[in-house]
Amino acid sequence: MWQNFFISLEIMGKGMLGIFVVIGILTLAVSAMGKLSHREEEGQENKD
Amino acid sequence: MEFLWEGLLQITWQQAVMYGIGVLLIYLAVKKGYEPALLLPMGFGAILVNLPLSGVINQNVEGIGVVNGIIEWLFEVGIEASEALPILLFIGIGAMIDFGPLLSMPSMFLFGAGAQFGIFFALSTAVLLGFDLKDAASIGIIGAADGPTSILVSQVLHSKYVGAIAVAAYSYMALVPIVQPFAIRLVTTRKERRIRMDYTPGNVSKGMRIAFPILTTFLVGLVSPQSVALVGFLMFGNLIRECGVLGTLSDTAQNVLANLITLLLGLTISFSMRAEAFVNMDTLLIMGIGLIAFIFDSIGGVLLAKLLNLFRKKKVNPMIGAAGISAFPMSARVVQKMALEEDPGNIILMHAIGANVSGQIASVIAGGLIIGLVSAYL
Repeated sequence: MWQNFFISLEIMGKGMLGIFVVIGILTLAVSAMGKLSHREEEGQENKD
Repeated sequence: MEFLWEGLLQITWQQAVMYGIGVLLIYLAVKKGYEPALLLPMGFGAILVNLPLSGVINQNVEGIGVVNGIIEWLFEVGIEASEALPILLFIGIGAMIDFGPLLSMPSMFLFGAGAQFGIFFALSTAVLLGFDLKDAASIGIIGAADGPTSILVSQVLHSKYVGAIAVAAYSYMALVPIVQPFAIRLVTTRKERRIRMDYTPGNVSKGMRIAFPILTTFLVGLVSPQSVALVGFLMFGNLIRECGVLGTLSDTAQNVLANLITLLLGLTISFSMRAEAFVNMDTLLIMGIGLIAFIFDSIGGVLLAKLLNLFRKKKVNPMIGAAGISAFPMSARVVQKMALEEDPGNIILMHAIGANVSGQIASVIAGGLIIGLVSAYL
């Protein structure tokens, strides 16, 4: 049981890290997309 | 009348308990409105599969041989062979979700991640209570607060507790308005719960809404390939919704498809609620661990928000962290209600919704990660 418990702690560490890495990448990607579309809009307004 | 008497005599006490559980689930669905679309079919199914020599499960009939039962067949085809039912349901769920509030406030993504902590805490708890690793992981995934993900993960890991896990997952999703306020109050002060947050959403273009499901599927697929079925179908449903040219399909996915699959999923999962598999101490333990999972999901999300507040000028109401579980939109509503109770006029609903839809993505990522990580140790 104790061996499985230590494995479960490893899974906890790797699992939470994995989720935060994926979510972190998504956060950066969405922020970048948001800034890009904001710039495009500003460029469009300047043209008009 | 003799045959009726014989039928009655064949009922075991375990089957009688299952009739009681079936009636209880139907009562909770009808009278209390707890996840009625799932709990009612599961409750009725629990009665169907536990009738002596029930024709809805395979029976060996004297002189004829094996006669197939519809619920066992549905389980074998729709869940055991392909996990098709929970995966297809994700198309409907994806079509229902508006990721706009999350895309306009990308920082809310983080709370979806923090509120998955209960999954792993429950996994370790289950191991300490004597469950083997694959069953413990299947029980832990109750903390995803996402019924289809729970069913899928427990089935992929060949857990023998699929029925109990599904009942726990859907029951606690329905009990979010009771469980979450308790957990949130455990780790927040009144002052923290009164924190107000400005809502200044960024612009979300149509192109961004279309790119998001594609990008998410691609990124998640690269990092967590086991999540592709879940995330892919969720995002496919969302792409149908956001593309703007498939209005009828989007409508069908949100209503007809989701309703049909929900109807079948409830009945089908009742196959795993046969008395011999369900009536035991393990089921009670699973219900208890499921509650722990939901409590620590909420605590994980709140503590993450409090940690971020140490570094932020504009403080986040830490209750937003608890909304990072997948139970949508109930969790966001609970958090908003609590904010209003503490400080009338405190509107944090859009932030909570952002965290809540992030929880839907994070829970399927967690499901895929659990499958990948646990299978590496088996």
